[in-house]
Amino acid sequence: MVTESISIEPLTSFEGWTCPLPLRDSPNVVMGHGGGGAMSAELVEHVFLPAFRNRTLGGLGDSAVLEVAGARLAFSTDSFVVRPLFFPGGSIGDLAVNGTVNDLAMSGATPLYLSAGFILEEGVEIAQVGAVAQRLGEAAERAGVQVVTGDTKVVESGHGDGIYVNTAGIGVIPDGVDIGPDRARPGDQVIVSGDLGVHGVAIMSVREGLEFGTEIRSDCQPLHGLVAAMLDVTHDLHVLRDPTRGGLATSLNEIASSSGVGIALDERALPIPDVVADACSLLGLDPLQVANEGKLVAFVPPEKVDEVLAAMRAHPAGAGAVVVGECVADHPGMVSARTGFGAERVVDLPIGEQLPRIC
Amino acid sequence: MKYLEEFQDPELAKRLLDDIHATTTQPWAMMEVCGGQTHSIIRHGLDQLLPDGIELIHGPGCPVCVTPLEVIDKALEIASRPGVIFCSFGDMLRVPGSDRDLFRVKSAGGDVRVVYSPMDALAIAQKHPDRQVVFFGIGFETTAPPNAMTVYQARKLGIDNFSLLVSHVRVPPAIEAIMTSPVCRVQAFLAAGHVCTVMGTSEYPALAERFEVPIVVTGFEPLDILEGIRRAVHQLEEGRHEVENAYPRVVCDDGNPIAIEMLEDVFEVVDRSWRGIGMIPQSGWRLSERYRPWDAEARFEVGDIRTQESSICRSGEVLQGLIKPHECAAFGRECTPRTPLGATMVSSEGACAAYYLYRRLQVPPPSERVPVGAGAKDEAR
Repeated sequence: MVTESISIEPLTSFEGWTCPLPLRDSPNVVMGHGGGGAMSAELVEHVFLPAFRNRTLGGLGDSAVLEVAGARLAFSTDSFVVRPLFFPGGSIGDLAVNGTVNDLAMSGATPLYLSAGFILEEGVEIAQVGAVAQRLGEAAERAGVQVVTGDTKVVESGHGDGIYVNTAGIGVIPDGVDIGPDRARPGDQVIVSGDLGVHGVAIMSVREGLEFGTEIRSDCQPLHGLVAAMLDVTHDLHVLRDPTRGGLATSLNEIASSSGVGIALDERALPIPDVVADACSLLGLDPLQVANEGKLVAFVPPEKVDEVLAAMRAHPAGAGAVVVGECVADHPGMVSARTGFGAERVVDLPIGEQLPRIC
Repeated sequence: MKYLEEFQDPELAKRLLDDIHATTTQPWAMMEVCGGQTHSIIRHGLDQLLPDGIELIHGPGCPVCVTPLEVIDKALEIASRPGVIFCSFGDMLRVPGSDRDLFRVKSAGGDVRVVYSPMDALAIAQKHPDRQVVFFGIGFETTAPPNAMTVYQARKLGIDNFSLLVSHVRVPPAIEAIMTSPVCRVQAFLAAGHVCTVMGTSEYPALAERFEVPIVVTGFEPLDILEGIRRAVHQLEEGRHEVENAYPRVVCDDGNPIAIEMLEDVFEVVDRSWRGIGMIPQSGWRLSERYRPWDAEARFEVGDIRTQESSICRSGEVLQGLIKPHECAAFGRECTPRTPLGATMVSSEGACAAYYLYRRLQVPPPSERVPVGAGAKDEAR
């Protein structure tokens, strides 16, 4: 999340107005506020942070880190409103487990327990609710976590979109592990664990009227096993993030902003599969802004990068791990990319929703 | 899919760049007409690789950008009416009207839907015979045929609850307007490849002849654009002014005769306002007499909505190539993709948005730029 200003570069410093202020452009919630980009960040910054003000929340990591009776716990929650409920490579049940498990894993935690809350729309078939619950249970078993508490609410027909799921989870952080979005340092190498943009394109492909010829399966998977394999090599991982909504561009911008560093990517090193590149080209989207559900980005000190990469590649969830760039002292708060032609460009976070272009 | 990575090959690009560097002996200013080309140039940083003297002027070819504020206001009014389903391409939803955008209409309860094809809107009309379904038909010759197809089919199938809000524009009159401007600096054009896919190249020889300006039909991938620039440089250096097709894998001289026939049936040429530029004679299309019953502007009686545009926004000068986006003092300050003053900051194809997205690192701080208001738009231009 963006904490103070999107950038400390003079041009955009006006973005950092003080809170709490009304959102400057819309008195109502618009879809863009849920897009995970700049508008989501502003909603958090101007509405939620002032209301809940505390230091733990202020860290704005993927999960909160809590000291309880001598142990360090990671705690996180996530809500799932995906349509369709079942898609190639996953379902809302898989997302509900893996989304929260991965948020916990990004603080280095071993996920242990989940809650599951269901908001059901009047008229939804019980069989469908059962199918979602079944998939959620199976995903939890695969991830080695238990769903230990839950809640169900029903809303009137027309007041929901079938089934919404919320999960929250807790996990334990091993001693000596200190991973956070503000810990990136110049020189850190930026690793992504595999192909980018796959989940977002898989979802787009099954929504109305968008088919790309070949089936694209979501990359939805739990990542705590991969993180554990990385921590086995070294506890000196600086930042971990799973670039879900808003894609890698959003995660990197948030990290650059939280840590006060610049990030320089090598565009040619980015693992973007042809099918994602083609679909994005067709729709006028940026693959770096498309969602992933089973990938992480890691900031690793340069002396550890070879070992960490080897450990990642030896794990099934990290087989495609590559270095895509590094942290720099230049342009703090901003992300740049060297293009295939040797020119340099800014990699920005999306504003609201990604909008397919007219032509 | 083929035809993507091959046309982004850095090695081949280097050969074209070497040729351009070897050929160029003096400064030249050329305009890429289409916003898709602008996006590609800035996205890949192609202009940074050209000889210092070669200047690319970003033309008025972003359909979102040139749609007049007044048409956006009409769309907002129609989309707010009860019983209406308003369908649009995605990037029109964020374009600011006078006081709101389609996103806000949607959040206030309006039924605004993003479609990927205009025909989807017609299908929605068939599915909801009790609702009025409107499609926002904007764009150049490229998007005109599929939009024309909607009313052609609506007429054929008797779908009366569908209508089209039309704000189509045509490229050749814009080229003419740019060349006749007293402050014109353009010495060559990279014509919009996809416009020519539909219309062919027959409209261009007369323009090349009259204004003694090379016109090179150019594609959108990095190599396509470099090849277009290379050919334009060769023509300029050799004193030629011809129409060349540097995008032959997609464009043929006759264009798409079936599409052209449909355009002539469905539309008729009219004078049309361009956002930031003003009225250009004969530069637009509206529905022809035969299809007028499907005209949303008449059906919803919004024809009398008139709107003035922001006085500090210099998008008109940007669209005419008189200034670069960051030379406007509002760029990146009052005007960002979040708070766009003009449409060139809205669509990612818009020149200002492309600079904002990809070029902030190279832009001088506001203190070194021209203050807001200086050189504000001349309405008569």
